[in-house]
Amino acid sequence: MTHNRKLIKIATAGSVDDGKSTLIGRLLYDTKSLTTDKLEAIEKTSRQRGFDYLDFSLATDGLIAEREQGITIDVAHIYFNTAKTNFVIADTPGHVEYTRNMVTGASTSQVAIILIDARKGVIEQTNRHFFISNLLRLGHVVVAVNKMDLVNYDEDIFLKIKADFEVLVEKSDFKTDQITFIPISALKGENIAKHSELMPWYVGNTLLDHLEVLEPSDLHESTVARFPIQYVTRPRTEAFHDFRGFSGKLYGGSLKVGDEVTVLPSFTESKIKTIHFFDQEYSEALPGASITITLENEVNISRGDMLVKSSELPKSEKQITATICQVNSKPLKVGDKYTLQHGINRVLAKVESIESVIHTDFSGEVPASQLKLNDIGKVNFRLSKPIHFDTYHDNKSNGRFILIDEGSYDTVGVGFID
Amino acid sequence: MSNLLIPNPKEAESIHILREVAAQFERPVLLFSGGKDSITLVRLAQKAFYPARIPFPLLHIDTGHNFPETIEFRDQLVAELGLELIVRNVQDSINQGKVTEERGRYASRNTLQTTTLLDAIEEFKFDACIGGARRDEEKARAKERVFSVRDDFGQWDEKNQRPELFDMLNGRIHQGQNVRVFPISNWTELDVWEYIKTENIAIPSIYFAHKREVFFRDGMVWTANEHVYRESHEEVFEKMVRFRTVGDMTCTAAVLSDADTLDAVVAEIRDSTISERGARIDDKRSEAAMESRKKVGYF
Repeated sequence: MTHNRKLIKIATAGSVDDGKSTLIGRLLYDTKSLTTDKLEAIEKTSRQRGFDYLDFSLATDGLIAEREQGITIDVAHIYFNTAKTNFVIADTPGHVEYTRNMVTGASTSQVAIILIDARKGVIEQTNRHFFISNLLRLGHVVVAVNKMDLVNYDEDIFLKIKADFEVLVEKSDFKTDQITFIPISALKGENIAKHSELMPWYVGNTLLDHLEVLEPSDLHESTVARFPIQYVTRPRTEAFHDFRGFSGKLYGGSLKVGDEVTVLPSFTESKIKTIHFFDQEYSEALPGASITITLENEVNISRGDMLVKSSELPKSEKQITATICQVNSKPLKVGDKYTLQHGINRVLAKVESIESVIHTDFSGEVPASQLKLNDIGKVNFRLSKPIHFDTYHDNKSNGRFILIDEGSYDTVGVGFID
Repeated sequence: MSNLLIPNPKEAESIHILREVAAQFERPVLLFSGGKDSITLVRLAQKAFYPARIPFPLLHIDTGHNFPETIEFRDQLVAELGLELIVRNVQDSINQGKVTEERGRYASRNTLQTTTLLDAIEEFKFDACIGGARRDEEKARAKERVFSVRDDFGQWDEKNQRPELFDMLNGRIHQGQNVRVFPISNWTELDVWEYIKTENIAIPSIYFAHKREVFFRDGMVWTANEHVYRESHEEVFEKMVRFRTVGDMTCTAAVLSDADTLDAVVAEIRDSTISERGARIDDKRSEAAMESRKKVGYF
């Protein structure tokens, strides 16, 4: 389906009133993704509210409670395409629960658009949004300086904000070519899909052009292959009597028929015999593929095991340190026990110690005894069994986990292994 | 021989989700309506488990007002793939006095389905119901999770959803809870149609332009037959139409169209300026129609 169109996933981050919903509505409008019935609904509601312009924020504000309170409750997913690209936007609200929501939205994204109100400049929230983009190691950040119409499209204001933001970039792991600054007015459509005549001093791409030139291959990391076994496929039919396939999604790097592999946790070695996708066989699969693999010899494998190239073994440890973002109102404390889900593999985990809570403005950390909702901190865990991991820095897919509360079964935290 | 598998990211994601369902739940079921989205789910499930069979049954909640073409198609698909099909009827829920048939101009069995569905979940103790809903369809669905936990009344609590991080799916639930699973959450209507075309997937004939007796009401094209309430002044015409979504006859409007091939349908969808659910009469009841239905356990 989308083979000829690339897929770019974007998280949007902004504070309350930065015009984030308006920007998304504008992107939908300018790419002709708003259908007639939706556009009519927007026109009608805009008139009812007495606006002399189209309130594009209405394109995304959904639920009854949100409309009543004029807020966004949760991460919403929005889809649009251009001729060349499929876009998915994870729209994360900017109010109280920003950290939880932005981490959630950004976790499925490759790119962040951080909105800044040109009148307010870089504020505390901007720091946090960028900190999270850095923590999650997103591939690219677009800093959209919005509401330029309210500052007379003044270049000096834009340059001042850019300079302030560049101070943050220096404190981060981002390279300068991963960050792009664009002056826009979402409300007026300046530099969204068309170049703004009111800002002739800006010679870069419009926002939409910029998003279109991003390449998924540049945004994905390329690293070593990790193949967690989700499901053992045993047809037990006459035609496939002895078939024993190991099904899962391939991450990080490619695998080939004939590759020498090691199965964890048993450390059994084997060779890849076949790679299947549906009724076809392949000699090689690229990362991101959901495939089924068979091995040369009989190996005892069950769900949660991992297959890696024998020359590229991950770490195997029962003691780990991770940066945790607490996404539940119940705080994380020393001695707490959780189910730790590393990819698809689950083990029990006990909080041995909490080293610190990290300031999300790049200003360092302080000792702490607990992590509250929206806190980001450094935590040491002891596990019931070793997990086979890489650091999040080296291999994103194999360096992250979620924490599941043993009582409520809720997902209460997300971890990035150090 | 050297051939390289380049993944289609949305397809690979959906297969990953379906395998998680099979691994994390004891009694999953695929909610099958005979529409293009649930047909796409069946193809994805085939791919996820091949060469093994799809390890869960299909459940069809039959309103009794389905298009005969859809039912015919359903039975053929099930026979071809050797799937297990469970059918539960809204008529039975009406006969048991659990729901009351609506009357009059906009009467539909669409909302009544919820009761039949929840009863079936209880009867078979299903812990995961796989559905073909997509986030691009409607604003309440845009906030839906891939694994969406429902309480024992089937209720959706939009303010209290589990965060879903990366592609790590948490399907742990308490006794009595169940999970609605949406493997094609991130697909758009166009993605589905392009996939059907690329994969050459068979779909019911009513998706293609055909002659049908219809009448016009509220700017929409309604099927004229005994299941759909029609007032005497509402004149019946024979027109070339096709359906863009396939639900109950009483809540699915047709569109005037000459698109009688898959290529023509895909071209029409690509250029369409009306949203898919714009042809859903059930969504027109109020601005928050879908949200209200979801809260009480609708698909």
